[in-house]
This record gives sequence, C-alpha cells and structure tokens, in this order.
Amino acid sequence: MTSESSFLPIIALLPFLGALIPGVMIRAGRTATATFTAVPTVLALVMLGVLAPGVLNGTVYTFSIPWLPQLGLEAAFFLDGLGLMFACMILGVGLLITLYARYYLSGEDPVGQFYTYLLLFQGAMLGIVISDNILLLLIFWELTSLSSFLLIGYWKHLPEGRQGARMALTVTGAGGLAMIGGMLILGNIAGSYNLTDILAAGDLIKASDWYTPAVILILLGAFTKSAQFPFHFWLPHAMAAPTPVSAYLHSATMVKAGVFLMARMWPALSGTELWFYLVATTGLVTMVIAAVIALFKDDLKGLLAFSTVSHLGLLTMLLGFGTEAAAIAAVFHILNHLTFKAALFMTAGIIDHEAHTRDIKRLGGLAKLMPITAVIGIVAALSMAGIPLFNGFLSKELMLEEASHTNWWENPWIVPVLATVGALFSVAYSLRFIFHVFGGPVRDDYPSKPHDPPMGMWLSPAFLCIFVVLIGVAPFLAEPVVNMAASAVTGHTTHAHLKIWHGLTPALYMSIIAVAGGAVLLLLHRPLDAAWIKAGPFYAKSAFDAVISGCVSLSRVISDNLHNGAISRYLAIFTAATVTAGYMAYLGGGIAPQTREMLPIAPVFAVGWVLLVCATGVVVFQHHMRYRALVVLGVIGLMVSAGFVFLSAPDLALTQISVETVTIMLLLLALHFLPKTTPVEKDTPRRLLDGAVALAAGVGVASLAYAFMTRDLDSISFYHLANSYKEGGGTNVVNVILVDFRGYDTYGEIIVLGIAGLVIFALMEALLSGPAGARLRNSGYNFDRSHDRHPLMMVVSTRVMMPIALMVGVYIFLRGHNQPGGGFVAGLVFSIALLMQYMASGFAWTMRRQQFEYHAMIGWGVVIAGLTGAGAWLSGTPFLTSAFGYVHIPPIEEFELATAALFDLGVFLCVLGAVMLMLYSLSRMARHAGETVNLEPLDYDPSRPAKMVEKGKA
Amino acid sequence: MEILVASAIGVLTTGGVYLILRLRAFPVILGLSLLSYAVNVFLFSTGRLAINAPPILQKYGDATYTDPLPQALVLTAIVISFGMTAVLVMFSLGAYLEAGNDTIDMKDAETEDDAV
Repeated sequence: MTSESSFLPIIALLPFLGALIPGVMIRAGRTATATFTAVPTVLALVMLGVLAPGVLNGTVYTFSIPWLPQLGLEAAFFLDGLGLMFACMILGVGLLITLYARYYLSGEDPVGQFYTYLLLFQGAMLGIVISDNILLLLIFWELTSLSSFLLIGYWKHLPEGRQGARMALTVTGAGGLAMIGGMLILGNIAGSYNLTDILAAGDLIKASDWYTPAVILILLGAFTKSAQFPFHFWLPHAMAAPTPVSAYLHSATMVKAGVFLMARMWPALSGTELWFYLVATTGLVTMVIAAVIALFKDDLKGLLAFSTVSHLGLLTMLLGFGTEAAAIAAVFHILNHLTFKAALFMTAGIIDHEAHTRDIKRLGGLAKLMPITAVIGIVAALSMAGIPLFNGFLSKELMLEEASHTNWWENPWIVPVLATVGALFSVAYSLRFIFHVFGGPVRDDYPSKPHDPPMGMWLSPAFLCIFVVLIGVAPFLAEPVVNMAASAVTGHTTHAHLKIWHGLTPALYMSIIAVAGGAVLLLLHRPLDAAWIKAGPFYAKSAFDAVISGCVSLSRVISDNLHNGAISRYLAIFTAATVTAGYMAYLGGGIAPQTREMLPIAPVFAVGWVLLVCATGVVVFQHHMRYRALVVLGVIGLMVSAGFVFLSAPDLALTQISVETVTIMLLLLALHFLPKTTPVEKDTPRRLLDGAVALAAGVGVASLAYAFMTRDLDSISFYHLANSYKEGGGTNVVNVILVDFRGYDTYGEIIVLGIAGLVIFALMEALLSGPAGARLRNSGYNFDRSHDRHPLMMVVSTRVMMPIALMVGVYIFLRGHNQPGGGFVAGLVFSIALLMQYMASGFAWTMRRQQFEYHAMIGWGVVIAGLTGAGAWLSGTPFLTSAFGYVHIPPIEEFELATAALFDLGVFLCVLGAVMLMLYSLSRMARHAGETVNLEPLDYDPSRPAKMVEKGKA
Repeated sequence: MEILVASAIGVLTTGGVYLILRLRAFPVILGLSLLSYAVNVFLFSTGRLAINAPPILQKYGDATYTDPLPQALVLTAIVISFGMTAVLVMFSLGAYLEAGNDTIDMKDAETEDDAV
C-alpha cells in the first residue's frame, strides 16, 4: 500500500461529499451550482492524474480498510488499467455534462437537485469501477440503480419520466438482486470476496459445479444494466429524462456498468462454451434487433437509445467471444462509443432545445440554420456509421474482423452475416440522422425557429468530436490507453496496434457491403417505414406493464385475503402458528433429560395457586361484567406478587404490587367512559375454536416453563453475583444490574415509558379537540354519582397518610442499592401517594397544590440518567459505569455515595412523571365530560355552612 | 412447586389468549394483562425456583442466592407492560369515543373502503 493509494477512498467519497453542496444551493443560480458541482469532479480527476502514470506502467494501486474480515467485508479499492479508463470516462464526461446541463436546464428547473443527483450517480459509478471487494461493488451497483431512478424521473411532472424511472429501477434492480446471488456464489467458490483474489482463481471457478448458476445470475445483472435483449426495453423509456441525463447515463456510465462488469470478470468467467453461447449470442441478437428498430424511430433520442442498445450488444458480443483480440476491440469500442454517442445525445438535446421538437419527420434542413451543431452532429454520426477517418470505423473493423472468423454451432456464416447486417442497419440509421435532420431544404414549420445555441452548450460535444477525429486519423494515439485497459481485462500485457489500413481483409469487404447497403436502405426508408408501421411492431412496454399489473393484482389478492381487518383473526393465526412452530421444534429437537428435582410443594403456596386459578377463571368466564372482572384481576396481581415474595424475588414483589395498584386505578378510570358490560358473543363454534387455540397455547407455555425449571442451565448470573459488590458497590444484585451492569437497557426502558406517557397525553389532547371531545361533552356520564364523592374520613386519612407514604417512598429509594427497592418502586409509591390525594380530595383541589410539570419530570429524569451515564466517560470508563465511595460524617453512621443513586433518581423521576401523566390525561377526560369541580376538599365540610357545589367550571 | 408455577403460567396464558381473541376492546385489555402476568412469571421462572435465597448479598456468612438476572429483566418488564396497557387503554378509549362502539375488528365495508 503506497501513499498514493490512499487517494482511492477519497476519490470514491468526493462525489458523495460534493453532492451535499448543490442540494443546498437552490437559490444560488445555475452557474454557481454548476461550478460547485465541478469542484469535486475536478479534484478527483487531478488525483487520478497523479495515479495515472503508475497505472500506465502496470502498477495496480490497492487500498483497504477492514471492517468485518470474518465475513469478508472490507472497504477495499483498487485501480488498474480498466478501472482508470472507466474512472476517467465517468469523471471527464461528468464534467462535460455539468457544463452542458448548466445551459440545457431552464431556470425554473430545480437545478440544485439535478446536480446533487448527478454527483450521487457519479459517485456510485466511480465506486463500481474502483471497488476491490465485490460486496462493496454490489452496494455501489445498487446505488447506481437508485440514483439513476432519481435522475431519470427528474422531471417529476412528466408521467413518461416517472414511468420510465420506475421501469428502469424495476429492471435494473431485479437484475441487481440476481447479481447479488451470483457474486455470493463466486465469492464462496473463490474463498474470498476480493476481486483480485477472484480474478486469480479463474480456473478454480470454471471447474466448480456452481459455475453455471453463478454465471447466469451475474449475467442477469449485467444484461439488465446494459439493456441486452430481452431486457433492452427500459433504456428507450428512460429517454424521458432530461438530455444531459441521457447523454451521461446512456453513453458513458450506467449502461456501460454491465459491460464493465463483464470485462472485469472476464478472466474469471470467460472462455467457456457457456459463456460464449450466452454472452456472444445475446450480444449478437441485441445488436441486430436494436439496429433494425433504431432505423424506424422518429424520435431523435429514441433512435439514439436503440442505437446505444445495439452498440452495447456489439460490446457484449465481443466480450463473449472470449479471445484476446476481441477483448481489445471491446475496450477500444467502449472508448469510441463514449465519444461519439455522448456528442450525439448532446446534439439531439441542442436540437430539441432550439427547435422544440425531436421528431425527425418534423425536422430537416438544420445544416443551414445551425451550422455548428450540424458539424458536430455529422462528425459524430459518421463515426457511429463507421466511416473511415472517424474513430467508430476502427473499432467496427476490429469487430467485423473478429466476427469473420467466429464459428457459431460449427457454422462459420451465422456470426459474420448477422454482424454485417447489424453494421448495415447501423449505417442506415446514422445516415438517416444526418440526412433527415441536417440535410434537405429548410422548412418553415418548425415549432420554434432553430439557431445555434450559446457556446457553453456546444462546447462539450465539440470537445468530444475532437477525439472522434483525432483517434480516427491517428489511431496510434489511443494505443497506450487501449493496451492499458485491455491488459487489465485479459490479465496479461497486450500489444495492440491500431491502424486504419489493414489490407484487403474480409472485414473491409463486410464494411463496404454495410455502407453500401445502409445507403440503399436509407433511400428505401419511406416505403419500409410505411410497412413497419403497418406491421405494428411489438412493444415491450405493454408486456412489461402486463407483468407488473399481474404482480400487483396477485399481491393485492394475497394481502386482501390475509389482512381483512379482523385483528382477532390475525391474533388467532399468529398464536396457532407460534404454537405449531414450537411443537415442530420440539418434535425435531427432542428434549434433554431432567436434571433438577422438584421443590416440595408448600401449603401456603398451594393456597395462593388455587386463588390465582379461580380468579383467572372468574376473569375469563365473567369478563362480560367488566367491573367484576377488573376487581378479580387485582386478586391475580396480588397472588403473583405473593408468589414473587415466596420465591426469593422481593424486588419483583414490590414492583408488581405497586404497578398492580396503578393499573387497576387506570382501568377503573377508563371504564368510567366505556360500556360497563360486554355483550355475549353468539358464535359458539368460534368461541370453542378460540378456546382450543388458547388451550394449546397455555399447555405449550406451561410445558415449556416446566421443562425449563426442571433443567439446569449455565448462565452469566454468577458474574453478576460475584461482582455486584466489588464493581457496583451494592448488595442488592437486581438493583445493581438495573443501574449498572445493564444500565443501558434500563435507560432505554425509562425512555420508552416516558414516551408512552407522552403518547397518552398527545392522544388525549387530539381526542378532546376532535369529534370524540364533542361526544364527551354531550354525554351523560355524570348521572349515577354519589353525592358525597369526597368523604370526610377519606380526605382526612389520606392527608395523614401522605407524608408517611412519601417517607416510605424516599426510604425505598435510598435503600434500593443494598436492599429491595430502588427508583422504579419508589416512583410508583410516590405516584400512589399523590393519586390518593386526587381520589380523596378531587382533581382541581390537588392540582392547585402541587406545582410539578409531569412532562418536565419525564424530561429531567431522562436527562439526569443520561448525564450520570455520560459522566462515566470523564473517568475514562464506558457509558453508565458507576462510581461509588463510602463517607463517614459523625454522628451519622458510615454511608455510601454512588453515582448509581443519581441514575436511579433519573429512573424515579421518569417513572413518576410517566405514571402521573397517564392518569392525569385520563382524569382530564373526566373533567371534559362535565365532571363537577370541587374547590373545597370536602363536599360536606362540617366546619362550614353548607353551600351549593359550583358546576361545570374547569 | 415447579408444577404449580408452570400450571399457573399455563392457566394465565390460556385465559389471556382466549380473552385477546374476543371482539371487544375491554376483554382484550384484560387478556393482555393476564398475558403480561404469564410472560413475567415465565421469564422469572427461567432463573429456576428457589426459596429463601433472595439475591441480596450477605456480608456475613455463606448464603445461596437465586439467579438475579431474570429478576432484573422482569422488573423493567412489569413497568413497561404497565405503560403498554395504558397506551392500549387510551387507544381503545379513543376508538370508542370516535366510533361509538368498542369492537376491534373492521367491518367488511370499512376494509373495502380502505382498499380503494
């Protein structure tokens, strides 16, 4: 790893960081935004420039940051010839597109968004070409699908844009999923997820049984991305995007990702029959079909889109041949295609921008009106046609040369003939682009009178055309780059010599046939076009739409039938499924032998058990009588608490009994507003079925619990017992676990409880301001009331008990660290003490006498607990490690001070605040319903003369 | 003892599941309370049963202690299940006041509206 290598992650990150800037510059205008978009691109290009000489000399730069080495996950980058060529293409064309888009987009488009998406996409593409780890590559691969979705759908107001974006995402995303599978298989075979290792393990991979599925899955990814037949249809629909997007995505980047991947994997996968027949055939078919369709497209961008598909087919076919010469031809054509196709897309954009139409049938004669554009367009189109002295000719010759000696199924004619046909149609549509757009007489019915655009707009395509001609005239200039990339593809140094004249080769004859035939085809275009329209070509979009709507209706049928809105049914299905799963696990795994003796049954415990079972029976069978069921529910809670006491869990017993009290009060308050009885359900079979499900669940859980309790298990508990006093400074191990060992859990739980309190408050507020509030105000909830709702005895006794109850709370809080108790229980005891006042003396009277904000209490609780936890950082220990010490101040006995107590204070405040906020919310509903407000603590105060209670004042 | 605790868990679960399958909100709340008891006791029981062995460390002399970890888990679970019950109560109150009845299943007509 050299110091230059550390540029690699920076290069990969730069566009993503840069993407943040244009997005927030929405008001800065197009020029400023475009400038800031160019900055990261230029920086990345400069860094590549530093690395380029080394790569040209054959150095491969690598850089890796291990993340999860056990899983083969690391952020690994490498740069070789192929990667460098692609990275330069991506960044260079990105820069040209940035300039072009500045002039293409109008001031009304959200330009900041556009450039943000563009940089995101650029970063994703760069990531693909310089990742060394295939899992990382997959992430970038998916990112290109996502960011291209944003770019294609950039004009959100156009339905075609949205549909095209969805289609592109569906097709390339599905391919990406397949590729994930393929890549994982590949990584498994090679024993490493690093590309360098995989490429070196080519023989091992080809010999593996898993070679075929891996190849098919990876190719699915590559073919969908590179729009190969039969997945080609998304690309023409993606043309609804703004032209800069089309020029970028469909000349240099997105669609080349598939080709790049095939080139990248070439050493590992190519050279087998499977590879040849799959890749070369798909490429050949795509090349011919797309070229034919392109000739009959009237939309300029549609023509270019199908031509792109055709050229991608050509590249795929070359890579499929699996020979070194074909790989060189492919690399060279990638470069050439980029130059002329990006220029052509930008030309089409200029024409659309100036003439306000892209329909070839409405254009013509533009050469005289926009001469600069015409020169650019004609040069690029001649190169696309493969006319000598333009770079497209050179790589097309190499392709035909390769095709001329390729046998397909032992037949030497099929490939050369079809390749010539493809080239012939390619000539025809290229010439059509020239003659039907720029040639012919000037018309007077353009939607807008076209003229040459400002220089900023034609500069980018003109720049590319320089390369078209330069390479076309002096091909040896491209030799170093082609050799560099081709060496990386094939895995050993190549010595390609690119020249214009190869002698009278078969390729030359094929080329001549193609040019002559193409010219003839163009002359016959009118009758052919009429026949084409009459034949009514098959549109892949309708098939795609049918498949998608089929999927949608299938999933709708499934979800509608599963989710019919009956919650009780979901619960029944869920319970039955869980019980079945548990039973299957039992059948499958069996059970270990019993290792613990049962404890003898204590008589008092048996009595408690009987009470609990009877109470449960009453709740279940009498649940229609709601008050009765509620009161009996309290019995169960009490029995559970008593059981906890008996079974050595004093903390649990304290918590359970105080929670029990609060719960019953809460339910009683709620029942105040609900019907007092539940109607008996008539559906007996259903009840029996529910009963059966419930019984199965009960038996299952009981046997599970029994099995658990009668077997031993080594747990980590001994650690807690051994270290509670040493490290946590407390003898109540349960409390030390809560505030120290597992303090983080407790911290999360008090936050949840606080949120629950706030949710209830918010729900209540929303309810009261809505129709429910109106219903409440008009209801007659207050009729059957006692006339003495705040009786003397109760008021006096609760007031006497209040300080005692608070004292108990403080005591429980303070001793919590060493004896049963703690923040949770203390919080509950405090709330019960306050609640008694509410119940005895009434809501308004109590509220006026205490000044706490329950919301703030929850907040302070969480803050105090959090700060206490964070305080541990100051002493360099992890979050929530407690510190403690012993203090002796005469005349008090020695006592302990622990930060854990502070944390427990947070718990206490949060619990108190949440519980009180919940009950406060419910009682607010009562007041809303017209509950009378008592200003005096007693309804009948013997020390005052009797007076009427004020009504309805809140 | 174990058989009593296990059967109590079973009884509570049976009652709880039966009640949450009812069609009104209130029995469902009761059922959830029963299920909370069952789950809490079940979690507690995974620490195995012990009598007179609370996990309070004794400074003097040897003592046996029961497993403190499930107790710590259950302690917070009890408080959280209270919070959950309270939220549920509020939901059902709201639903009842808004809709005028406290059935929990949607009528066919309502689901069809939803699908459109």
